[in-house]
Amino acid sequence: MELDIEAIRKDFPILSRTVNGKPLIYFDNGATAQKPTLVIDAIENYYKHQNANIHRGVHTLSQEITVAYENARATIQNHLNATHAHEIIFTAGTTASINLLASSFSKKFLSKGDEIIISAMEHHSNILPWQQACEEKGAVLKVIPINAEGELLLDEYSKLLSEKTKIVAVTHISNTLGTINPIKEIITLAHAKNIPVMIDGAQAVPHTAVDVKELDCDFYVFSGHKLFGPTGVGILYGKEKWLNKLPPYQIGGGTIKTVTFEKTEYADLPLKFEAGTPHISGGIGLAKAIDYINTIGLDKIAAYEHTLLEYATERLEKIEGLKIIGRAKNKASVISFVVNGIHPFDIGTILDQLGIAVRTGHHCTQPLMQFYDIPGTIRASFAFYNTKQEIDEFVKSLERAINMLR
Amino acid sequence: MKIEEIESEIVEEFEMFDDWMQKYEHIIDLGKSLPMIEEKYKTEDKIIKGCQSRVWLHSELINGKVVFTADSDAIITKGMVALMIRVLSDHTPDEIINAKLEFIDKIGLTKHLSPTRSNGLVSMIKQMKLDAIAFKAKS
Repeated sequence: MELDIEAIRKDFPILSRTVNGKPLIYFDNGATAQKPTLVIDAIENYYKHQNANIHRGVHTLSQEITVAYENARATIQNHLNATHAHEIIFTAGTTASINLLASSFSKKFLSKGDEIIISAMEHHSNILPWQQACEEKGAVLKVIPINAEGELLLDEYSKLLSEKTKIVAVTHISNTLGTINPIKEIITLAHAKNIPVMIDGAQAVPHTAVDVKELDCDFYVFSGHKLFGPTGVGILYGKEKWLNKLPPYQIGGGTIKTVTFEKTEYADLPLKFEAGTPHISGGIGLAKAIDYINTIGLDKIAAYEHTLLEYATERLEKIEGLKIIGRAKNKASVISFVVNGIHPFDIGTILDQLGIAVRTGHHCTQPLMQFYDIPGTIRASFAFYNTKQEIDEFVKSLERAINMLR
Repeated sequence: MKIEEIESEIVEEFEMFDDWMQKYEHIIDLGKSLPMIEEKYKTEDKIIKGCQSRVWLHSELINGKVVFTADSDAIITKGMVALMIRVLSDHTPDEIINAKLEFIDKIGLTKHLSPTRSNGLVSMIKQMKLDAIAFKAKS
């Protein structure tokens, strides 16, 4: 039942390195997660033994890799419990997925006076594409407010939903606060008014199982690299009925059925949205990462990470002048905090000298920093390969940093 | 003192420290002693935008020499600004423009010059040199 953390840590080669002469303590998993050997080997194996372009050649290598790539798509489909493999679109990451959706969706469905709803805790990547779409079409961006704990105000959300609302785009888990949003409720409320919903799952997929059918979300996006897979690959899941209605985003090689100088007929899903040669090793590596976490089990991962979160919260709360930002009842293993009178950058710099990787700054959520009226936070984000001993070392180092800086 | 002389002085100072924590303690102390910029100059247009900490830089030409004052909301950044001011302030525009600033590498601060956007040291140096160029053009 219990996870064998020591064995798991051996699967991640980077965890045995040192930084500035100290054993690495990696608490920046919210920025990107480390990669297990299995994923690294899959990427290497691809370039050593499988490299060819997909969906093109009649030769053996091309056929083999096409099968491998489409198997990767199927792995992701199964992982999300999507109805069809062609509802899984490979992109370059969460940001690319949202850009694709915001661009294609607004081209087809957004007009002057329409509204798009996001939330106050969105990452810039889930603000800017919608903001720009609104500017281009003369539409209005509406924002679901939060309370001081960092929880969405669902009553206010309900009031924002109207016949003008064309889409709702909210995050599943806040990268800055760790808040797990009640996305099922958010989706149900929107669907009651026939409004589609996109969920930004970048921070959620490493911590929780996602079932798009059960959620009934219209779009779900995430990145491979936060899920222990390679950088440069991500997913846009969309319901078939929606993806079929959307125009292509980037166009070119691979996205077509026939091209003449007069007219192009576009390919069916998913190729309509996958212009150019994709990040083949990325897709294959991501599927390997998903296989890996599924052998451990996301339920076990979530339970273990929750103990890390509770332990760290308890220890940090004892530090004088330290304030945790984001106190939602429902939280993932992300802790943001500030320390009275000390800039987050200073703490991050000293912690780095002590071998500890945390994130400092605004975490690409500047509106959220404005809400809390702080320049930034220090964020520790845990993965299942982190330990209580590491948290002890982190707290000790943090106290040392605070003493130096006060 | 010439810019290079001040640089060697700083390099010697840093050689006394055994490890990085001591170096940082020194930088923090320097930050605490930095002559504050006058409040009236702590305006938006004086801000050098690094990604995380804010640095306000003000420069004046006094008797043909550029005098810098500055502040930052992060103490380590402030310490680095203090070092830059100690080296560059009170020199002629030409001296500032031509300064090679090799001490940064010698005291092991080069990693703060990497383009991680995490602090404003690169932008700080650039702004100080730009101010010097502007004074030179005016004179």
